[in-house]
Amino acid sequence: MIPAAFDYRRAGSADDAFAQLQKLGGDARVLAGGQSLIPAMRFRLARPSVLVDINGVAELDYITMNGALTLGAIARDSAVERASWIGERGWSLIHDVSRVVADPVVRQMGTVVGSLCHNDPSGDWPAVALAARAEMVVRGKDGQRTVPIDQFLVDSFTTAVQEGEMALAVRFPAPDDRTAGSYQKVERKVGDYATAAAAVQVSLNADGTVRGAGIALSSAGPCAVRVTDAEALLKGQTPTADLIRAAGEAAAKQSDPQADLRGSVEYKKNLAGVLVSRGLRQALARLGVQS
Amino acid sequence: MSTDTTIKGSLGVPMKRKEDPRFIQGKGNYVDDLSFPGMLYMALVRSPYPHAEIAGIDISEAMKVPGVVAVITGKDLEAAGLGWLPTFHGLDKQMVLAIGKVLFQYQEVAAVFAESRGAAADGAEAVQVDYNPLPVVADPFTSKKDEVLLRPDREAKTNHIYHWEVGDRDRTDQALQASEKRIRQRMWFPRCHPAPLEPCGCVAQFDKMGRLHFHVTSQAPHVYRTAVSLVTGIPEDKIHVISPDIGGGFGNKVPVYPGYVCAIVGALKIGRPVKWIESRTENLTSTGFARDYHMDVEIGAKADGTVTALKVSTTADHGAFDAAADPSKYPAGMFGIVTGSYTFPTAHAEVDAFFTNKAPGGIAYRCSFRVTEASFAIERGMDILADELGMDPVELRRKNFVKKEQFPFPSVLGFTYDSGDYHKTLEVALEKIGYQALLKEQAEKRAKGELMGIGISTFTEVVGAGPSKHFDILGIKMFDSAEIRIHPTGSGIVRTGAKSQGQGHETTWAQIVAEELGLDPQNILVEEGDTDTAPYGLGTYASRSTPTAGAALAMAARRVRERARKIAAHLLEVGEGDVEWKDYKFQVKGVPAKSVTMKEVAFAAYTNMGQNEPGLEATQYYDPPNMTFPHGAYIAVVDVDRDTGEVKVRRFLAVDDCGTIINPMIVEGQVHGGLTEGFAIAFMQEIQYDKDGNNLNTNFTDYLVPTSLETPHWETAHTVTPSPHHPIGAKGVGESPNVGSPAAFVNAVVDALSPLGVRHIEMPVTRDKVWRAIRDAEAKKGQS
Ligand SMILES: Cc1cc2nc3c(=O)[nH]c(=O)nc-3n(C[C@H](O)[C@H](O)[C@H](O)COP(=O)(O)OP(=O)(O)OC[C@H]3O[C@@H](n4cnc5c(N)ncnc54)[C@H](O)[C@@H]3O)c2cc1C
Repeated sequence: MIPAAFDYRRAGSADDAFAQLQKLGGDARVLAGGQSLIPAMRFRLARPSVLVDINGVAELDYITMNGALTLGAIARDSAVERASWIGERGWSLIHDVSRVVADPVVRQMGTVVGSLCHNDPSGDWPAVALAARAEMVVRGKDGQRTVPIDQFLVDSFTTAVQEGEMALAVRFPAPDDRTAGSYQKVERKVGDYATAAAAVQVSLNADGTVRGAGIALSSAGPCAVRVTDAEALLKGQTPTADLIRAAGEAAAKQSDPQADLRGSVEYKKNLAGVLVSRGLRQALARLGVQS
Repeated sequence: MSTDTTIKGSLGVPMKRKEDPRFIQGKGNYVDDLSFPGMLYMALVRSPYPHAEIAGIDISEAMKVPGVVAVITGKDLEAAGLGWLPTFHGLDKQMVLAIGKVLFQYQEVAAVFAESRGAAADGAEAVQVDYNPLPVVADPFTSKKDEVLLRPDREAKTNHIYHWEVGDRDRTDQALQASEKRIRQRMWFPRCHPAPLEPCGCVAQFDKMGRLHFHVTSQAPHVYRTAVSLVTGIPEDKIHVISPDIGGGFGNKVPVYPGYVCAIVGALKIGRPVKWIESRTENLTSTGFARDYHMDVEIGAKADGTVTALKVSTTADHGAFDAAADPSKYPAGMFGIVTGSYTFPTAHAEVDAFFTNKAPGGIAYRCSFRVTEASFAIERGMDILADELGMDPVELRRKNFVKKEQFPFPSVLGFTYDSGDYHKTLEVALEKIGYQALLKEQAEKRAKGELMGIGISTFTEVVGAGPSKHFDILGIKMFDSAEIRIHPTGSGIVRTGAKSQGQGHETTWAQIVAEELGLDPQNILVEEGDTDTAPYGLGTYASRSTPTAGAALAMAARRVRERARKIAAHLLEVGEGDVEWKDYKFQVKGVPAKSVTMKEVAFAAYTNMGQNEPGLEATQYYDPPNMTFPHGAYIAVVDVDRDTGEVKVRRFLAVDDCGTIINPMIVEGQVHGGLTEGFAIAFMQEIQYDKDGNNLNTNFTDYLVPTSLETPHWETAHTVTPSPHHPIGAKGVGESPNVGSPAAFVNAVVDALSPLGVRHIEMPVTRDKVWRAIRDAEAKKGQS
């Protein structure tokens, strides 16, 4: 459990971090909370030759609520969990997930942006970011750019962040007052990655029909899965028990998990469906709609 | 003479643990806290293959890594006559570093010594080993066929290690044949691992005079001293084993591991201290696992539920070496306890053990040797029988319990149960949990299609190995010992041959001595684990400390008291026969006003002893006349989610009878810890190998240890049936909850699913398994 030798640079500012990454090239890695990177290094599965530590960069440690919710690159999971707006209905998806990512100790260090940059197929934030239609702020050679989450999450452990680049923030669009969400996760124990998890966010029209739904799965493929079929099924419809069941079935169908110690393929597919249905019911209940 | 008239007893007092301030403040002293000038670090090269020939080992690159001092391989050790280690029960031997071939994944292949931990790890990575993979035997049923011979080094050219049996086979077969009702179930108690939070480790150091000081995480330091002497040929007086604070053992720290031998050899060869601390992965993949018993359980009964016969045939997977730390004469441990709390007129149990390409072990994980497996078999079996009979499992148990008046009870498989009151313990449990109300609730829920289960386990344990007639390890009889020295001011020091790893000996032992001598337990220092100072003992595991060392301690204290009586007589100016011990003081018979306290006597023992021998101390070695037999009634209540297979343990009650209770708070703590482990075993823990022999649970991501967040709330209660032969009537409790609870959990889940026709489910009871059991049962129902 001893990592291979590596160099370490502590960045003083975002500019400094970026300059170091540009200079050091492909062997360098950003160190955020270290909750994924350090274990991988200790198992010698990751062997970066140099780490650029952004933990001391105060300008990246922020959570702003300015219509949209923006989390800086070292905003910790625990800070999100404790934020004052977290009880507001519109942010219920984020409220839910902030309590079930990893365990309380890991959340003390782990960052939301780091988790999205890591893009673990079993991570919680990628599915949430898909359901909430978040976007990432990335710093590259040509300055900052904004990348929609669907394009940011490229493949297992791969994102749109290129060599020498870094992510600066994640931005969640502001929900209106007829929006609510739910995060449903089945895990073997606290601190475990999801056996299956569903992120759901629903917005209703004044007449009670669905204006838009964001539905995504974790641990259901090589990368977080947007359940496009379920989203399409719901749009414009009045949510009924049958519709919710159909959305769940669509999720089970689109889920493409791997068998592992957490469960078999058929079990995980079943769970994906069950959890999407439960998530929809809970989100709707939060909007005062019983289904 | 005495003014102090209010000395209180110490037995049964929930005194706070004396060791806790040290642990809570992070001031414990563990092996990894030690550092010596010039100390080197050792790392082991381990095999990625479960079975492979070693074509060659090239250490040249490793020797180039900055900081690497030396590398040793199996060949080096073999040349020094240290290639193999005897296993504790003497039925097998184990490679220290692989010789010729590797037999399990993560087997020790070479040891690298370096100036820092990092350099040692880099050096281990740089050792080039050339492997030629061999066919893998990943389960005992394949092994049984003997198509691939795993251990050509052994005389017997077979993978079969031993056959062990007890009981009357013919009579049992006949009784089963003739039974009105009969059940048969294969059940597997999966391979699990104690996973102590502190992994194994040591520091080996030779002093200037060539004496070995060996700091090690050992549950049995004296046995280590003797074993190291036997293996290395170093005279025993030149070996000093010190077991400092230990972060949990649970049986995992009983065996002597290859890494220890390598560290000693390295320290000797290089002439510098060597530290070796395992990683989590090394602990889980190569050190003593537990269980892995495939048991065919058959029970016969009359139509009214009276049991007539029990037969259990077991296929055991022992891995690559037979390194189970069982007493010599008991290769399958105390498996004969399998008749449990019931009066079977006849029974037969047999175990056949096989080698496989898996890590060696089979240690007693928080249980007396193989008692957990046996308890699970009988307690699960009784539930299946109840289901077959259409009888309440509580009723079936009541009907077949050994009755209070039958103790001492000779079990049909050869034990003499010392004492117990099974009916009472069960009644207390039923009353406390509100059994009738739960049954009513369950009936209502079932009518609505909801899945609620109630699971019972009324186990009997056998602990405290053990009488010298039957029990030895490496030939050393399994007695234990204690030594007490009382200082002039009435405080004292106590040493035993046991070794606490979290059990709270520093408190419990002080309480026993304080009770016997009328002293303040706060001023009785307990020291264990140093072979230079402690009397010889066999260590702490198998719930043996209180039954053996605790007994020795009470008797040593009584010896001290007898010596003190003489001095008291001198002080009271009466004949010894006129002095009695009453209310924790010596007093002149019939004259309570004329008394002296032990504190006063202690001072006199050094200042005014009269004609008596000065000083106040005693040593006692204790060979127990029998084992002790704790028992309990456990009840689990669960709710099962049909859609996800999630099981919620809504309530769990443990009523234990461990005889006399020394410190109720420590007993409760032990029960909580053991139940948490039992819960983990039942629901989430398994050392799993794929069919190619790859270990799939190499760290805590996949070998799950529950946290406070998923652990159920534990309810506890006690009945007290003292052991008739133990000096203070105590029996040992550390392991009961681990032994008794798995069956209660599984019985509860199966009970929840029983309306669907489910009769058994294998551990660990994962959500996936539960969901599939429900789905399959419903599909079957749909067809019929
Ligand atoms: C015991 C345990 C349990 C866990 N359980 C869960 C769980 O249930 N669900 C879950 O989702 N996660 C879980 N995690 C992971 C945890 O949430 C991590 O914190 C998270 O995945 C990564 O965040 P981090 O800040 O620690 O990133 P780091 O580990 O520091 O970095 C992760 C990766 O992202 C890169 N990176 C980080 N920040 C940037 C940036 N700004 N720009 C470019 N690249 C960047 C790093 O170079 C690295 O490759 C668990 C971790 C542990 C140790």
